[in-house]
Amino acid sequence: MLYAILCYDNEDVVGSWSKEEDDAVIGKLSVVTEKLAHAGRLGPVFRLLPTTAATTVRKGREALVLDGPFAETKEQLLGVYIVDCEGLEEAVETAQELARASSTNGCYELRPLSLFMPGAVAGP
Amino acid sequence: MNAEPPDPTWIDRTLVCARPQVVGALLRYFRDLEKAEEAFQEACLRALGHWPRNGPPRDPVAWLIMVGRNVTLDHVRRQARQQPLPDEALLSELEDAETPLADRLDNADYRDDVLRLLFICCHPDLPATQQIALALRIVCGLSVSQIARAFLVTDSAMEQRITRAKGRIGGGDAPFETPGPVERAERLESVAAMLYLLFNEGYSASGEQVRDRAPLCDEAIRLTRLLLRLFPAEPEIMGLLSLMLLQHARQKARFDADGGIILLEAQDRRLWNRTMITEGTALIDKAVRHRRRGPYQFQAAIAALHARASNPQDTDWRQIELLYRGLEQIQPSPVVTLNRAVALSKVAGPAAALELIDPLADRLDGYFHYHGVRGAFLMQMDRRGEARVAFDRAIARARTPAEAAQIRQYLDQLANP
Repeated sequence: MLYAILCYDNEDVVGSWSKEEDDAVIGKLSVVTEKLAHAGRLGPVFRLLPTTAATTVRKGREALVLDGPFAETKEQLLGVYIVDCEGLEEAVETAQELARASSTNGCYELRPLSLFMPGAVAGP
Repeated sequence: MNAEPPDPTWIDRTLVCARPQVVGALLRYFRDLEKAEEAFQEACLRALGHWPRNGPPRDPVAWLIMVGRNVTLDHVRRQARQQPLPDEALLSELEDAETPLADRLDNADYRDDVLRLLFICCHPDLPATQQIALALRIVCGLSVSQIARAFLVTDSAMEQRITRAKGRIGGGDAPFETPGPVERAERLESVAAMLYLLFNEGYSASGEQVRDRAPLCDEAIRLTRLLLRLFPAEPEIMGLLSLMLLQHARQKARFDADGGIILLEAQDRRLWNRTMITEGTALIDKAVRHRRRGPYQFQAAIAALHARASNPQDTDWRQIELLYRGLEQIQPSPVVTLNRAVALSKVAGPAAALELIDPLADRLDGYFHYHGVRGAFLMQMDRRGEARVAFDRAIARARTPAEAAQIRQYLDQLANP
């Protein structure tokens, strides 16, 4: 089963890391992702720009365009991993491994995928 | 609550990031800046004691406000001998009480609290450098010696300056009422101007100062991002953040090994920070949708056009010239016209550009860039004698060795064609 591991944290705090600190965290996380990739379990991974760069389009008869994310939350969605897991247990294990590597606050939300289109775009 | 204790860096960063909101809210409670800052310090000390043991609170900002307020109120009661001392158990119950508080302290409160805190730093009686120093101390929480280093003065001189500035703003006329829409817009404008000054203090540094002053750019970006989070639909704040990001993205490419300035056209564009450019570009795209033009948006749009060009030849100078024209309309200034002339020279040649700036001679005579740009136009037209005179004038008006060195390169080109 494919799981989306959604990473939530306080984007102000994460954004205040220096480049060296950021690189160090990414380095530790990449140990986990490389292992997943090696096992053929890793799908697309992406990191989002801060919510200040976000725009919301509300559905309706006339689509309403709003600045920022729709929900005002204390923790923001910062990035997503798509991972192939046997089931919830393995998904939880994977998220725990990522959590140990990132050693920050925040949380991971595990959401099974119902549709997956890998797509074919280059980076940002 | 997290079972694992948070790591110390996380706690430090959280306290730094929470500072504007917490000091802003405490200032609203106490109506006294000194008291608000002390209460914040006290709350941070408690956080350092509690968070590693009990795990971080769900909403650190609300926790700090609550603790800061209660600790100070307890202190006041204790002094008045009205109440027995609070015990530690009472304090830990605060964490359970944070949820209703968090609900009450919604975005609207934070928004005006942070704006007020920034706005009192922009007191019109204070010169710009003192406004910036005050914001760095009060809002960012930088130490006096960090600020002193950035402003190239001694610690004690900066301490004095900040104390004096605080005395000025603490005169009791701080605006505690919730602002109306017009006032709020005015406050935002003053605060935006101060944040851009703060950014420029960092951005204008060169040579050995870069190390101490570049962090001012990061602080300005951090505060502007916070402001935009609180006022998410303000196109000028989007424009300002976009402008800062697009300019700061070039940081690594702007200086040579000796700290000399590398002009935009000669920069190694592979050194530009792509993430900042992407974010800056996304922000200006968002801002433009609002169709409420403003000077920061124009400048950001110009910076975005430079950032989009993967080499100098691909720069869309025609569009840049049009944008400067728009900026000239809403904010007429000889410096903007001078910048437009540079763009014009790329699309219509140096003669047209020279014609545009000749009428500015009186107003810009003391300005380094005026003579430098004029010399460059004259050089392109092969009017070498006049070019030399213009470059000599530029050198005489250079504010930094880096600026003078830049003009000497032109003089060398004139001497050895």
